[in-house]
Amino acid sequence: MASLTVNGASREFNGDGNMPLLWYIRDELQMTGTKFGCGMALCGACTVHLDGAAVRSCMTPMSAAVGKRVTTIEGLDAQGQHPLQVAWRAVGVPQCGYCQSGQIMQAAALLQSNAKPSDAQIEAAMSGNICRCGTYTRIKAAIRQAAGVKEA
Amino acid sequence: MNRTELQASRGRLSRRDFLGGTGGAAALGLTLGAWHDRVEAQTEPPKYGAYGMPNGVVENPLVFVAIAPDGIVTVTCHRAEMGQGVRTGVPLILADELEADWARVRVVQAPGDEARFGNQDTDGSRTTRHFFMPMRRCGAAARHMLEGAAAAKWGVPAGEVSAKNHQLIHKPTGRTLGFGDVAADAAKLPVPATGDLKLKTPAEFRYIGKGNVPIVDGFDMTTGRAKYGIDVVMPDMLYAVVARSPVYGGTLRGFDAAEAMKVPGVVKVVEIKGSPVPSAFQPLPGVAVIANSTWAAMNGRKALKLDWEGGPNGSYASDAYRRAMLDAAGKPGKVIRTSGNVDDAMKSAAKTLKADYYIPHLTQAPMEPPSATARFKDGSLEVWGPFQSPQAVRNDIGKRLELPAEKVTVNVTLLGGGFGRKSKGDFATEAALLARETGGRPVKVVWTREDDLHHSYYHTVSVEHLEAGLDAGGKPVAWLHRSVGPTLLAIFMPDPKTESPIELGMGLTNVPFAVPNLRVENPEAAAHTRIGWYRAVSNIPHAFAIQSFVGEMAAASGKDPKDFLLELLGPPRKIDPRDVNDTWNHGEDPVAYPIDIGRLRRVTERAAKESGWGRQMAKGRGLGIAAHYSFTTYVASVVEVQVDDKGELKIPRIDIAIDCGGIVNPERVRSQMEGACAMGVGNALSGEITFKDGRVEQDNFHQFEVLRMNSGPQRIFVHLVDGSYDAPLGGVGEPGVPPIAPALCNAIFAATGKRIRNLPIRDQLKA
Repeated sequence: MASLTVNGASREFNGDGNMPLLWYIRDELQMTGTKFGCGMALCGACTVHLDGAAVRSCMTPMSAAVGKRVTTIEGLDAQGQHPLQVAWRAVGVPQCGYCQSGQIMQAAALLQSNAKPSDAQIEAAMSGNICRCGTYTRIKAAIRQAAGVKEA
Repeated sequence: MNRTELQASRGRLSRRDFLGGTGGAAALGLTLGAWHDRVEAQTEPPKYGAYGMPNGVVENPLVFVAIAPDGIVTVTCHRAEMGQGVRTGVPLILADELEADWARVRVVQAPGDEARFGNQDTDGSRTTRHFFMPMRRCGAAARHMLEGAAAAKWGVPAGEVSAKNHQLIHKPTGRTLGFGDVAADAAKLPVPATGDLKLKTPAEFRYIGKGNVPIVDGFDMTTGRAKYGIDVVMPDMLYAVVARSPVYGGTLRGFDAAEAMKVPGVVKVVEIKGSPVPSAFQPLPGVAVIANSTWAAMNGRKALKLDWEGGPNGSYASDAYRRAMLDAAGKPGKVIRTSGNVDDAMKSAAKTLKADYYIPHLTQAPMEPPSATARFKDGSLEVWGPFQSPQAVRNDIGKRLELPAEKVTVNVTLLGGGFGRKSKGDFATEAALLARETGGRPVKVVWTREDDLHHSYYHTVSVEHLEAGLDAGGKPVAWLHRSVGPTLLAIFMPDPKTESPIELGMGLTNVPFAVPNLRVENPEAAAHTRIGWYRAVSNIPHAFAIQSFVGEMAAASGKDPKDFLLELLGPPRKIDPRDVNDTWNHGEDPVAYPIDIGRLRRVTERAAKESGWGRQMAKGRGLGIAAHYSFTTYVASVVEVQVDDKGELKIPRIDIAIDCGGIVNPERVRSQMEGACAMGVGNALSGEITFKDGRVEQDNFHQFEVLRMNSGPQRIFVHLVDGSYDAPLGGVGEPGVPPIAPALCNAIFAATGKRIRNLPIRDQLKA
């Protein structure tokens, strides 16, 4: 029996170590905020934090997650008031909303390592996350707002 | 745009066949085959708009509004939310007329039940334009009922009571009651007749047009709480993935599930029988692996041994098909519209030019892949999922499982994108079929991204052949357009080879140019895959070719592209769609919805002005313009590009101007336009689905490349043209897309002198 921490709570796992973290989160823990989009780390919809770093949970095997701290969108802020979540709503980013968990988790990791990113740094950090509705200009605006930086 | 609308369009010709029907595939399949041959005399006045859709409109406030004793107003949204904002916009319309306080309004989602709610098919950029007035009337009727109940309680004439901000006020005395205080009494009163309703004046609107209401799902969407179809979780649930025929029309010769059954977690393997081509929205033939987790089901599928026969489409190849379409475009085809004498005018023209444009297959690729959960218990089937047309799902499942409508319940979740893909409930019927095999346990079917790309209903592929003649002054005197591409009718009827009125009416036959000699032709093309519809549908190829060619004509005439476009549009005037052989007209009344050239000119001029059209551009920079009318809305865009020495393209800015008439939620109109810019750019830069041996060659997002942040427009400026609420409204979800790709390619031409005629652009600038 292996254990890991998900959103601050200790969890047990004794299944197939090759199973991606995504399916552990979604199917076993039944936490559905983390989304399935591609299964190949190409779209970012499944982004979570593993020991604080953004990873694609669809390509992270459980064997690489055990013993670590996992944070999902549900655990980013208990009240849903992380500065990015607040900015996301103020700017009105979501359209269908499906990719936004992954976008926010990716952006949160960016701001963790770079509190005042430039536009180029935002683009570099966020271009692995696809939004088919095309909310990119608002995602950029929301990250700038949360970080308190002006448009370049 | 969809199947029910196909019916509505056909209904213009022969209405008797479908009146009273529920828009099922059966009715459509039976009647569409004879469609082309049958033009009957109209036996009753045609119905338009929402009233021309299957099951029309329900305006009973008791169906859509519930008010609790604590005053909380619950509005039922009968349209599907896929990012366009209808779960906010539709209830907002009703709440405004109700004089409800938006903070005390809650929204619940209707199940698929058109007999109860009216048409629910969320497609064709129709929701706001079809339901603006009905929802206003619902709200007003509920308001009058509350006023009447308050008047009765006070024993005063109803005319002395008025609703204001969730309160009922007795004007002479200033007494007040809350909505919740009289709601139960109000519900017992008769619903006022439409003619007795006092609608607000636009000056009295509290929310409509104000942009003061954030989307109702915003908090859930930013916290992971929002539930999409794929997020459905039920006790004791099973999971399934399906291996499907890689070729449309292919058959399963045999399969061996022995190894799959050995995969830990796999519970059962079930064959899903396909339906004969054309199979409409029925599932493809396949083999499902049912397991106790998604991962186990996926692994089980990998272990299946499958023997597929490709069938007649097994040799479909995009490159050969493209050559065949080019060949067809070089020869005369079925004449769709003709005026003057194009051949003579071409001969006497001072200058002629011609061009072929290629627009490949695309696919919707919503970020949430198709997924549905079904449970079959006690003879009844219940399904949950992201359905654009829940009544179609209900009909299709009922037909396939031979269940009456009352035994099929369809619950609609949020859609993680739709773009037309989730109009087709093949994935829901898969879940329904599997739910019969699990002893009452619910089963969730999950499509992987590969499944989604390999088994979509693809946007058509087309060659658009354009010719024009200019006189000595550079004035256009002749126009010939041949459009070649497989039609979406092919999923409903056997082997149609020409475009439907719906496709023709998407900017082809109704090209709004003032050219004296004009001919539109439609040479034949057969479909070899499931052709479906994708946001903006055939407007994509038609607008790309036409607006690119306008740019080519402008260059040939030596005129400014914006001035030339305005010259081609001609003077402000209203064109009756019937006069340009558009029998569809988006299902709308041709009198209420003419093609208004004044409005198309206005958005063109607005986009140009806002973009700083005519400004000095640095080397490698250029502006391109395009305008297009679709879904009864007028849109023009100016794209600015920067192309460096290595052919690297950047898009610093897009200006997009829209006139959709009166606007309900300006903030969501802006977001739809921004999204349309992104999607239009993505389509043009890298969007392409190709076939080889009948199979799609793209497996995932590394091969079907959709727009990412780093290649998208850096700034988007949306310009809303103020419209009147007295005139009928236009659509918003789709019409932003068509002018983007041609404006982009016109900008590339301005910046580099290179004309892009074949999409996607990909590395063409790097030559």
